[in-house]
Amino acid sequence: MRAWLSSLSEGGATRSIGLVVALVILCIVGLVTADTFATTGNIRTILTNASVIGVVTVGMTFVIIGGGIDLSVGSLVGLASVWCTTVATQSYGPFVMVLCALLVGLIVGLINGALIAYGRLVPFIVTLGMLIGARGLAQQIANLQTQVVTQQDFNAIADGSFLGIPYLVWMLLGTFAIGWVVLNLTTFGRRTVAVGGNPEAARLAGIDIRLHTALLYGVSGLCAGLAAVMLTAQTASGSSTNGQNYELDAIAAVIIGGTLLTGGRGTLVGTFLGVLVFTLITNLFILNNLSTPVQNLAKGLIILGAVLLQRRRSESAT
Amino acid sequence: MSDVISGPRRGLGRRGFLLGGAAVGATVLAAGCTSNDSGDSKDETNTKAVGGDNAAKGTQVTIGFSAPQADHGWIGAIAKNAEAQAKSFEDVTFEPVEPTNDVAAQIAAIETLITKKVSVLVVLPNDGKQLTATARKAMLAGIPVVNVDRIFDTPLAYRTWIGGDNYGMGVSAGNYIADRLKGKSNPVIAEIAGIDSLPLTQERSQGFKDALAAAGFKVSNRVAAEFTVASGQQVTSNLLQAAPKIDAIWNHDDDQGIGVLAAIRQASRSEFFMVGGAGSLDAMELIKADNSVLKATVTYSPSMASSAISIARLIGQKKGFSDLVENEVPAKITLASATVTKENVDQYTSTGFRS
Repeated sequence: MRAWLSSLSEGGATRSIGLVVALVILCIVGLVTADTFATTGNIRTILTNASVIGVVTVGMTFVIIGGGIDLSVGSLVGLASVWCTTVATQSYGPFVMVLCALLVGLIVGLINGALIAYGRLVPFIVTLGMLIGARGLAQQIANLQTQVVTQQDFNAIADGSFLGIPYLVWMLLGTFAIGWVVLNLTTFGRRTVAVGGNPEAARLAGIDIRLHTALLYGVSGLCAGLAAVMLTAQTASGSSTNGQNYELDAIAAVIIGGTLLTGGRGTLVGTFLGVLVFTLITNLFILNNLSTPVQNLAKGLIILGAVLLQRRRSESAT
Repeated sequence: MSDVISGPRRGLGRRGFLLGGAAVGATVLAAGCTSNDSGDSKDETNTKAVGGDNAAKGTQVTIGFSAPQADHGWIGAIAKNAEAQAKSFEDVTFEPVEPTNDVAAQIAAIETLITKKVSVLVVLPNDGKQLTATARKAMLAGIPVVNVDRIFDTPLAYRTWIGGDNYGMGVSAGNYIADRLKGKSNPVIAEIAGIDSLPLTQERSQGFKDALAAAGFKVSNRVAAEFTVASGQQVTSNLLQAAPKIDAIWNHDDDQGIGVLAAIRQASRSEFFMVGGAGSLDAMELIKADNSVLKATVTYSPSMASSAISIARLIGQKKGFSDLVENEVPAKITLASATVTKENVDQYTSTGFRS
C-alpha cells in the first residue's frame, strides 16, 4: 500500500505541478476571453479532441521510458485506419474493422520492436523507415482516396456516449488508467523503467531486455491501432493522411509531461496533462479566432519551456 | 502584324462614317467585333471556322509529366487525369516520373526528363518559386513547359500556364453566401481555410473577404485546417464551440470537408448552410441528395491536368486551338470557378473527383 501511495505521488501531482499550474492559467484565460469556454459542449469538445492523440501518447510514454523512440505512430494510425475501411471491408461489420485496426497496429509495432531489439538497429532509424513505409502502404491500399465509412455501428464509436460522456473520452480515460496500472503496479512497468534507466543493470537482474524492448513497441503499435479506430469513427472515413504529425505531437506531450527523453523515468499523469495543455491551447485559439502561426509559436515555446524546467529538475536531482 | 490588327478597325470606321448615324455605327461596330460576316471587311478580320483537325492523329509527341505525390483526392485526380488523357491519344507517349513531395527530388526528376529529351514537359510543381530555375533550364533546352496550377516565378520558365482561380473561388463562395443571406443583419459567417502558409489559401480567403465585403458582410470566425479529413474534423469541432449560432460556413476544400461534416454531425448542428470547395464527387452527391448542411461547392477542377496534356500535345505538334483564332496555344489559361448547387450539379459531375 505504501509503495502504491508513493508511486501515486511520484507519478502524479508533485512532479507535474508546473503543468497543473499551466492548465489552471489556460482555463482562467479561457473563462475570461470566451463566453462559451465553460459550456459542457466545449469541455466535451476539448476532451474528444484530446482522445485520439492521447491514446497514442500512452504507448509513446512506454517506449520513451523504456529508452526508445517511436516515430512511426502517426503513419501507423493512417495505415490501420485505411486497413479497417478498405482491406477489412466495411461489409464485414464493425467488429472485424476494429479487430483489424488493432492487429495491424500491434503487428507493425512488433516488427519495429523486433528490428530494434533483435536486429540491433537504432530505434530512430527503424521507426523513421516505418514512418515512410507505412504511409506509403496506406496510400497504396487506399488508392489515394478517402474511404467514407457508411457502417453506422462503427461510426457510433465516435457519435455515442455513456453517462453523457462520449465513448471516445471513456476510451481515452480507460487507456490512461490501464497504462497507469501497468506502468506503476506490474512487473512489466518496473521492467520498463529498469530497461530504460540502465539496460546493463536490467540485463544482470535477469530481464530479457530484447523481448521487453520488442514488446514496448508492440504496446505503442497497439495504442496507434486503437487511435486509428477512434479517428476513423470520428471522421467517418479512412484516409492515408490520418495521423499526420502525430509522432511529433505525441513526443511533445510526453516530454512536457516530464518524461526523460533518455529513458528510465516518466509519468503517464504528466503525459495526460501534457496532452490536455496542447488541446486546450488549440481550443482557446480557435475560440478567440486567432491565427495558426501564433498557435504554433505558443506550442513551441511551451515545449522549450518544459524542457528547460525538466533539465533544471534533473540537475537538482543529481 | 499591326496591319492585321488595325485593318478591321479602319474598315469599320469608314463604314460608320458612310452610314452617318452614331447609333447605327455603334451597332455595326459591335457586330463587327463579334461576327464573322461583316461584308467587305471580311478578308481583314481575324476569324477562323470553328473546329479543325486537332483530334486527328499527328506527329508523335513524348510528354514528360511531374507532379507532387498524391496524398489526397485532388492531387490524386491530377495524376489520374493526366494519364488517362495521354492514353486517349494515339500519338502521345506518356513519360511520368515518380511523384514526390520533396522539391529537390522533383528537380532531379525533371532533369532526367530533360536529359531524355522529351518533346514537352507538363509540370505541377510542389512550389512554383523553387522549381522555376529547373523549368527555365528545360525551356532553354528547347523543351516547352506546360505549367499546371502552381505558377513559376517568371513567364520565361513556361510556354503555357493553366491553372485554377483561387481568388475567384473565394469570390464564388462569397457571392453565393451573400446572395442567400441577403437582407440579414450581421450574419455569422465562418470560414474553414486550408493550409494557411500557402499562397493559394491566402488568395481564396482574400476573394471570399472581398466578395462578402461588397455585400456588406464579413467573416466572423476563421480557422485553418491542413487539407486532411482529421484536421478538418478537429478544427471544426472547436469552431462550432466558438460560435453557438452560425448562418453560413465556407470550407475551402472538399477533402477536408468529410471531416468537417463529421464534426457538424457529431455536434448535432444544422442551423446554417455550408459551401464546399474544389468540387469532389462526394460533395456533389451530398448537394444532390440535399439532406445535409452542404448546399453548394465552388469548383477548382483537377480536369486542368487533362487539359494540360492536350495543350502539351498541340504544342508538340505545333498546332493551335482550332476553334480559337490564334495560330498558337495561348500563354495562360485560367479556369473559372463555378458554383455547383442542387440545380446544376448534374452538369458538373463529369469533372468531379473522389476525395
